[in-house]
Amino acid sequence: MRNTRRAAASVLGSAAVLGLVLTGCSPSASDAPSGEAVTQDQIDEAMTTPTELTFWTWVPDIEDEVKLFEEKYPEISVTVENVGQGLPHYQKLRSAIEAGEGAPDVAQIEYQYIPSFVLGESLLDLTPYGADDLSGDYVEWAWNQVSPGEQVWAIPQDVGPMGNLYREDILAQAGITEPPATWEEYAQAAEAVKTSTGSYISNLGATQAGQMIGFFWQAGVKPFGYDGAETVTIDVNSDGAKEVADYWTDLIQRDLISTDVDFNDAWYQGLASGKYAGWLTAAWGPVFLQGTAEGTTGLWRAAPLPQWEAGQNVSGNWGGSADAVLASSENPIAAAMLAQFINHDEESAMQLATQQFLYPPQTSVLEDPAFVDQESEFYGGQQVNKLFAEISDTVDTDFQWLPFMDYVYSSYEETLGTVIADRGDISAALDTWQDQLVSYAEAQGFTVQ
Amino acid sequence: MSTTQTRAGATRRPSTATRRQHRAAYLFVLPFFVVFVAMLVVPLVYSGYLSLFERRLIGGESFVGLANYLRAFGDPNFWGGLGRVATFLVVQVPIMLGLALFFALALDSGRARGSRSARLLIFMPYAVPAVIATLMWGYLYGPDFGPLAQIARAVGFGTPDFLSPQSILGSMMNIVTWEFVGYNMIIMYAALRAIPAELYEAAEIDGAGQFRTAWSIKIPAIRPAIILTVIFSVIGSFQLFNEPSLLNAVAPDAISNSFTPNYYAYNLAFINQELNYASAIAFLLGLVIAVVSYVVQLGEQRRERRERKGTA
Repeated sequence: MRNTRRAAASVLGSAAVLGLVLTGCSPSASDAPSGEAVTQDQIDEAMTTPTELTFWTWVPDIEDEVKLFEEKYPEISVTVENVGQGLPHYQKLRSAIEAGEGAPDVAQIEYQYIPSFVLGESLLDLTPYGADDLSGDYVEWAWNQVSPGEQVWAIPQDVGPMGNLYREDILAQAGITEPPATWEEYAQAAEAVKTSTGSYISNLGATQAGQMIGFFWQAGVKPFGYDGAETVTIDVNSDGAKEVADYWTDLIQRDLISTDVDFNDAWYQGLASGKYAGWLTAAWGPVFLQGTAEGTTGLWRAAPLPQWEAGQNVSGNWGGSADAVLASSENPIAAAMLAQFINHDEESAMQLATQQFLYPPQTSVLEDPAFVDQESEFYGGQQVNKLFAEISDTVDTDFQWLPFMDYVYSSYEETLGTVIADRGDISAALDTWQDQLVSYAEAQGFTVQ
Repeated sequence: MSTTQTRAGATRRPSTATRRQHRAAYLFVLPFFVVFVAMLVVPLVYSGYLSLFERRLIGGESFVGLANYLRAFGDPNFWGGLGRVATFLVVQVPIMLGLALFFALALDSGRARGSRSARLLIFMPYAVPAVIATLMWGYLYGPDFGPLAQIARAVGFGTPDFLSPQSILGSMMNIVTWEFVGYNMIIMYAALRAIPAELYEAAEIDGAGQFRTAWSIKIPAIRPAIILTVIFSVIGSFQLFNEPSLLNAVAPDAISNSFTPNYYAYNLAFINQELNYASAIAFLLGLVIAVVSYVVQLGEQRRERRERKGTA
């Protein structure tokens, strides 16, 4: 009965969508509660009413955490769907939102893409559902990512404060016993490693915008800004950005850093075979590397990123995601509770960190000895989680994104990506990138500052 | 009055039978038309409609008429992509079809031993999905661990860079050729098998050898099949998409977002959020394909007419 009704509804729905599309209207956002706080009674009622939720995420085995939620709220049943990771995920999400039908109640969204969904008014403001009360439970910069202003658009799930993973044995061969503390030392180490072992100290993924933006973040460069309405700030070719770019241009042109495209088979093999003696990566990197370069167990170590000034201790972030509730959800309360539970409930959050190896943004987990005191055999018994927990406190709290990061990344690939691959001048490419971003933003109707 | 009635009655009787036949015929083609309308006509009309609008992230949708088409005419990315697929067409298609024809003739001559398994082997790459084939070749081309590079290094040729911006188009041609030679060969081979044996006997009596038979009888006889493969290849070349979009993962610096018009339209729609402009690009591409295919067909028809006149 339910099935036939749903089928009928979906046929009607598509007809309605087609009608809307043909008349040139876009479906309006559903009547979401307008900022008024939801009472505990309403929550209790919603959580004891039989409800079906859909949750789009690419985290493997997150069903385990969902199960905890369902045990607590037996009336709610959640369907977990993996529609693909990264770009395919967002494409499907946007198509579903556009169609006005088929979108999930809760969806995983990386921090940098949140503004683009906020712009489309596709996300539900979670403040009326008590999300504001959680702000103190997450590291500050991670919370700023989901709540740039008054509203809370998502609940942080994982983060990627950046650090330096390196092969202790290869660096030792080059006479380096301590991880480089400054970028200057890093450049010297790169030369020593290359001449005495033939390895590259690290690889700078030619088209890896996330990594480069992480370096900008660490250097205090603020390339993007968005006021949540119609004004964007684009400043990718600032002096600070050029300083970072010149540093890498120098290393690349002296052939001390490789610029292979990352996250493909050749790159995995390069990590496993010692072609790269290190990887400047994020907190999700250690577990990833462990799975990729199993044969090198015990040879790797983790350290903070080299610093621009001796004695400094700052880092940037690369990656990480949050769970947002779609404005179109028909069960906003239950959906908001799911997003909060998965990423806030003590047991669920701990399990995400230790079973799914998502690097946690919750301070409770970052302080829990069960998590931080773990010793990793792959890293010679080092407490890698503790190291990254410390790094997590050093990430600049204030970093914003543009509401069209898909374009920003693809434009990066076209401008900086090709220049890095060709060992050209990255600084000059920053100007081209800036021009492309500004003209795109203007064509899209934004006011550019 | 009565005469007209009987006449009408007389004509009506066979007409019910034909009508029933007609109804059956319509019923048989109906599924095709349903799918055709739903999957081709409706999306086509919709995308034509979309191409007349512009939707911006700020400011919403507005009717812009043919502005998107005008923009495409002045868009170097679109022309660059079109130029690239045109090069592809001119270089790759003759090689691929030449090979296919050669294999088809060789198999048909009956001289080759184990022709059955040879046929299967040549056809096999076509059975590999294009996505898998591209991923596989992407690995084979790899400069560090790809077997081709390893062999080249082992024999002292250095490391060939199949994925550089200069050679990526050639690398793609190789993939597409590998993949579709067998398919085209089967079309030509099937046409060869349909040639009546009397023609061969007559040729033999006239003292024609294998090559002469192939040149003067076989190839002219299967010209319609060859033209068919040419048109398929023209369409396929202009629609090049899988190869650039997948190789982009291993050679993003060599493959720009506008590498081929189809890939460009895809990126415009799903990355730049410029659905309307993407529709216009897709429409223009369709137009270009239609024109080129028509020219190919027209050329062939003229030629046929000329030859018929010549023999008459």
